Amino acid sequence: MREKKRLRRSMMFVPGNNPGMIRDCHIYGSDSIMFDLEDSVSIMEKDAARFLVYQALHDLKYGKKELVVRINDLNSGLGVKDLEAIVRAGVHVVRLPKTDSAQDVIDCEKEIARIESEAGIPVGTTLMMAAIESANGVLNAREIAHASDRLIGIALGAEDYVTDLKTTRSDGIELLFARCMILNAARSAGIDALDTVYSDVNNEEGFIAEATLIKKLGFDGKSVINPRQIEPLHKVFMPSEKDLKKAQAVMGAYEEAMAKGSGVVALNGKMIDKPVVIRAQRLLELNELAGVREVEEI
Amino acid sequence: MKLIHKAMAGTMESSDIMITIEPKEEGGIQLELTSSVMQQFGRQIEAVIRETLKGLGVENALVTAADKGALDCTIKARVNCAAFRAADSEEYVWEAK
Repeated sequence: MREKKRLRRSMMFVPGNNPGMIRDCHIYGSDSIMFDLEDSVSIMEKDAARFLVYQALHDLKYGKKELVVRINDLNSGLGVKDLEAIVRAGVHVVRLPKTDSAQDVIDCEKEIARIESEAGIPVGTTLMMAAIESANGVLNAREIAHASDRLIGIALGAEDYVTDLKTTRSDGIELLFARCMILNAARSAGIDALDTVYSDVNNEEGFIAEATLIKKLGFDGKSVINPRQIEPLHKVFMPSEKDLKKAQAVMGAYEEAMAKGSGVVALNGKMIDKPVVIRAQRLLELNELAGVREVEEI
Repeated sequence: MKLIHKAMAGTMESSDIMITIEPKEEGGIQLELTSSVMQQFGRQIEAVIRETLKGLGVENALVTAADKGALDCTIKARVNCAAFRAADSEEYVWEAK
């Protein structure tokens, strides 16, 4: 389903040349499915993956899942070929890799608009997200995030980024600056901030620690590379029963104060500021979108 | 579409189909199909292959298909890919959904 604002706790990468995974990927419960035409596809099979993802988007039904395709970068000579196929096939979101500047987003948008126009698709239908994978991209994050109304979010691509920094992935300290830049840039533009993959699929403890960290920072979600990572990730993003009860109490007090025409909101003798109300509202919205837990009456 | 040389697409993995296309001068489409689900879906697989080739304007070819339980969309994708490779062509026609 194509929506600019929606739940994006998990975006599952699906290799674009793997028919079995393309067939089954919707059953694992990720919020978004991200078909990959880039790094998971060998250079000799780029055409085959493009045909396969095009035909899957064209013919298969994935229910309400958000369907994203990571294209090859435009400078590779493959990116526009990817766009020609997947925009016509009705992809919801194009993920642009290796975004170093706002111009990269503008160039990609221009190609998408041309294809939409040629195909008789209303211009502006196809949404975009930009993956930032270099020091340059991180430093340009704010301009990138504001570069197009089509953008639903910006994401960190950590493997290329740490290589650019001349380091390697470790406990996450090496990504802290990039994560904070991307998060603040996304918030400044009113779009989602999406974290990078955690590659060690057998280390669930490490994965949960990283997911917990990015949730604390404020990220909306994370890319996953294995269905096993989806459930623990959603658990991390799920508000606790205690938080839900508190949020509902805050909203109850807020609504009561509004009904009385009072500008002062109080709960249990304590004043409640506007940011507390906003956070409570967001938490209840997240819970409702996730659709898994009813809040008990207080 | 004019086929120039032999070409392949697909794999022998589960849920995939490996298509080999070889140009011929005449004799129509000669199809050699093997499938792990031949009894249930053999006719359907053959129909999808022939229909896809017809859509591409391929009238004469020797086609070998080794199916491992591919969906129709996978069969179409692999046949298209093999045919364009055999024609050395990138003049794809992507239809809007």
